[in-house]
Amino acid sequence: MEQAVPDPERRLQPATLEPLGHPDAGLESAVGEEAEGARDEGPGDGTMMENNFWLKKIEISVSEAEKRTGRNAMNMQETYTAYLIETRSVEHIDGQSVLTDSLWRRYSEFELLRNYLLVYYPHIVVPPLPEKRAEFVWHKLSADNMDPDFVERRRIGLENFLLRVASHPILCRDKIFYLFLTQEGNWKETVNETGFQLKADSRLKALNATFRVKNPDKRFTELKHYSDELQSVISHLLRVRARVADRLYGVYKVHGNYGRVFSEWSAIEKEMGDGLQSAGHHMDVYASSIDDILEDEEHYADQLKEYLFYAEALRAVCRKHELMQYDLEMAAQDLASKKQQCEELATGTVRTFSLKGMTTKLFGQETPEQREARIKVLEEQINEGEQQLKSKNQEGREFVKNAWADIERFKEQKNHDLKEALISYAVMQISMCKKGIQVWTNAKECFSKM
Amino acid sequence: MGPSSKSAIPASRENQINGCVVSAASGISRFLHECGNGVLPATSQEDPSCCANHRIPKCQHNEGPYLAGVGRSPVFSKSPHLSGVCAQPPTGQEASLDSRWTAAEGRERTAGGPPKALPSTGPQSLRDMPHPLAGSSSEEAVGGDSTPSPDLLTARSFGDKDLILPNGGTPAGPASPASSSSLLNRLQLDDDIDGETRDLFVTVDDPKKHVCTMETYITYRITTKSTRVEFDLPEYSVRRRYQDFDWLRNKLEESQPTHLIPPLPEKFVVKGVVDRFSEEFVETRRKALDKFLKRITDHPVLSFNEHFNVFLTAKDLNAHKKQGMALLTRVGESVKHVTGGYKLRSRPLEFAAIGEYLDTFALKLGTIDRIAQRIIKEEIEYLVELREYGPVYSTWSALEGELAEPLEGVSACIGNCSTALEELTEDMTEDFLPVLREYILYSDCMKSVLKKRDQVQAEYEAKLEAVALRKEERPKVPANVEKCQDRMECFNADLKADMERWQNSKRQDFRQLLMGMADKNIQYYEKCLMAWESIIPLLQEKQEAK
Repeated sequence: MEQAVPDPERRLQPATLEPLGHPDAGLESAVGEEAEGARDEGPGDGTMMENNFWLKKIEISVSEAEKRTGRNAMNMQETYTAYLIETRSVEHIDGQSVLTDSLWRRYSEFELLRNYLLVYYPHIVVPPLPEKRAEFVWHKLSADNMDPDFVERRRIGLENFLLRVASHPILCRDKIFYLFLTQEGNWKETVNETGFQLKADSRLKALNATFRVKNPDKRFTELKHYSDELQSVISHLLRVRARVADRLYGVYKVHGNYGRVFSEWSAIEKEMGDGLQSAGHHMDVYASSIDDILEDEEHYADQLKEYLFYAEALRAVCRKHELMQYDLEMAAQDLASKKQQCEELATGTVRTFSLKGMTTKLFGQETPEQREARIKVLEEQINEGEQQLKSKNQEGREFVKNAWADIERFKEQKNHDLKEALISYAVMQISMCKKGIQVWTNAKECFSKM
Repeated sequence: MGPSSKSAIPASRENQINGCVVSAASGISRFLHECGNGVLPATSQEDPSCCANHRIPKCQHNEGPYLAGVGRSPVFSKSPHLSGVCAQPPTGQEASLDSRWTAAEGRERTAGGPPKALPSTGPQSLRDMPHPLAGSSSEEAVGGDSTPSPDLLTARSFGDKDLILPNGGTPAGPASPASSSSLLNRLQLDDDIDGETRDLFVTVDDPKKHVCTMETYITYRITTKSTRVEFDLPEYSVRRRYQDFDWLRNKLEESQPTHLIPPLPEKFVVKGVVDRFSEEFVETRRKALDKFLKRITDHPVLSFNEHFNVFLTAKDLNAHKKQGMALLTRVGESVKHVTGGYKLRSRPLEFAAIGEYLDTFALKLGTIDRIAQRIIKEEIEYLVELREYGPVYSTWSALEGELAEPLEGVSACIGNCSTALEELTEDMTEDFLPVLREYILYSDCMKSVLKKRDQVQAEYEAKLEAVALRKEERPKVPANVEKCQDRMECFNADLKADMERWQNSKRQDFRQLLMGMADKNIQYYEKCLMAWESIIPLLQEKQEAK
């Protein structure tokens, strides 16, 4: 690990691309174009083949994690973990030509990728990243970011993230994503060139800012409500599960004391000695079996955590919709007030009390020319506003259509995944029970020989 | 030498019975063989050395009256133990004390219907030990240090014997166990652990709360069923409170100082405030009291103790309690007169080993007790979390459509697991901990008996030393020193036999206890396994249907 220290710096330099070699460059250009083309064609044009081409053509895995030290932008010493992403590209259907590509990425780059995806695909429930810091863990697991167990679990989480993006019908065709997998150097610059940060709606970040929407879409309101509830129930579940794991750990480990005391006791017993001694051994086995059991359970917790973060992604879509609705309503309101003004000017009647009305009364009527000019300006603005409203309406409808399609897809995925998770959890419990029965049966056998 | 050699005759006969009947029956058999072999030559009466060295069985007293009864009783596999194991040397003071006890007991018995042995010994039996073997010792007791006529004694001993053993005048005959076999079979029950035959059954149940103006207390019903002749009725049912048990134990300790008396449950089980009238407390105590009586019942000597009999049968125990009061102080004196600070010249290795064993044993049991309590505590905390964990899945299921059923299933499953866990902790609290506690108390009891034995040995050694100083003047070892030696040897023999019994029952109890613990855990896991396995199809079906 230590000798790898200078490595990342060199590799991250744009100039030192040579370790990747030529085959990669060829692949990159070939598939890259395809990806580019797919995106340009727009969502409507994608054929089924193209929808899934990532999955068909590339196998992705995050196969290794490595601790590294380097210098950050401020030239400060920092330690981080880099993850090795391996992609196997199956160019031909018969799978003859298999190209393997691998490159290192760190967590912050994954974050950048996800932020980019969030901005460019607001109507999509973007798959979440694994947690940055260990949360909801039972006491035995350390919350240290460099802890090997944590790094390993994060490695699995990151791989899962890449697979989720790659299997997403729309996200998989993104060029930046493709470059993330294939182009080690210069990637950050490429992302920044897209100017996604400018596009990012700063209002989205203001978490608690509520915009009063007059006509909220009922479906999105419900969805927002659901994601709030889901988030709270899963986080509650994870908290309690961590405590359950803690207690279970205690129960097993205290049994380990029997191992010691039985063995000590056996020393003073004649007939009972052997039975006690070997029963003590089984108690030791029992106590140590909990480590593996809880490690397996941690995987289940990670599956739940993914959906905890998915709830946040779901909320982001809802919020985006809310903002669009808000913009739409604001535009409509603006238009309506302008229309009213125009009408007042044309008819000369003031329906509502206004400052303008007062000035008119105080300082006398405007000249007809002035009035004509103002009406003209207003009419132009109204025209513009109507156009804008129309496009916003169109945009909104488009958004709702796309977002809802993705939400439906997400729901299906969620039901499927969680059922799988529950099954694997039940299987884990079953295997734990079987282990318990086995150990106690062995112990009983020993006791019966006493 | 005179009195002891005479007494050796019936003693040896009884030991022949021992050899025949008990040898295979119990853990003490080995010891009995030793005794039997040792005493057998004494029948010749001409070998004084034999008499001096193996007088252990001669000095029967307290068990006397019962033995008489048992001899007649068809089921008597236990009675032989008595003669072999339970011996108490009749020092002048204690013998007279004992005779008083028997006198009291005798009166009581007369009231209920005197045993056959009594008429033969005449009015004396009211004061003396009516035991045939103890005939001589009772004579001794009555006469103090005076030497009774050997002829008379011998004759009486034989006379007693004939009366007592109706199935052929020869006690050595194997006819007795044979004739008892039918009844023996009938009475052999499940709790017949080590092949010993049960002819006395005692159960403690039906606790009742009594509220008086002065105090509130719990009484327990004690039901006795027996075929033993000492019991006039086949069945008794009395109510006793904890105090009465305490009285019984004190009496047993007093009257059988050489035996290991099983422990009573602690007066207050847990430090601090415990609701003495709570259902759990009363039930735990009931079980412990039941165990206490069962242990006495199973003991070949203690079960024949007259105080035990009184405890099981007397309508008004308080009358008996008052009777004992005056004597209590005297017994105390007799124990106290042994100087405590005396250092033993040679503590037999085996007793030193027992002492060491008990120290470690108590230590280890204490640790196990703590571990068991800690496990229960952890399990209860685990249970608390599980109780919260399950419902979260229910809450979640309310949000979902398709997932609702699987989540509800998981919730129910966790609920089932917590119920199973609760049962496990309850079982462990009720069944596991009390047994551990009993054995911790047991080791204390044993330590105190060991201490008593050391005192007796100290007394003997002190006397021996005193004699050694005057050896030139009197070459013959005085009788009281000899008695003292007897006493020590009897004590050793009793204790060894009890230790062996205890070791046996300990082994069985712990085997049962630990297997029970394993069983409970297996059951718990099986219940959980069933619960989890039952929801798998629920989860999978949905998956396929989709």
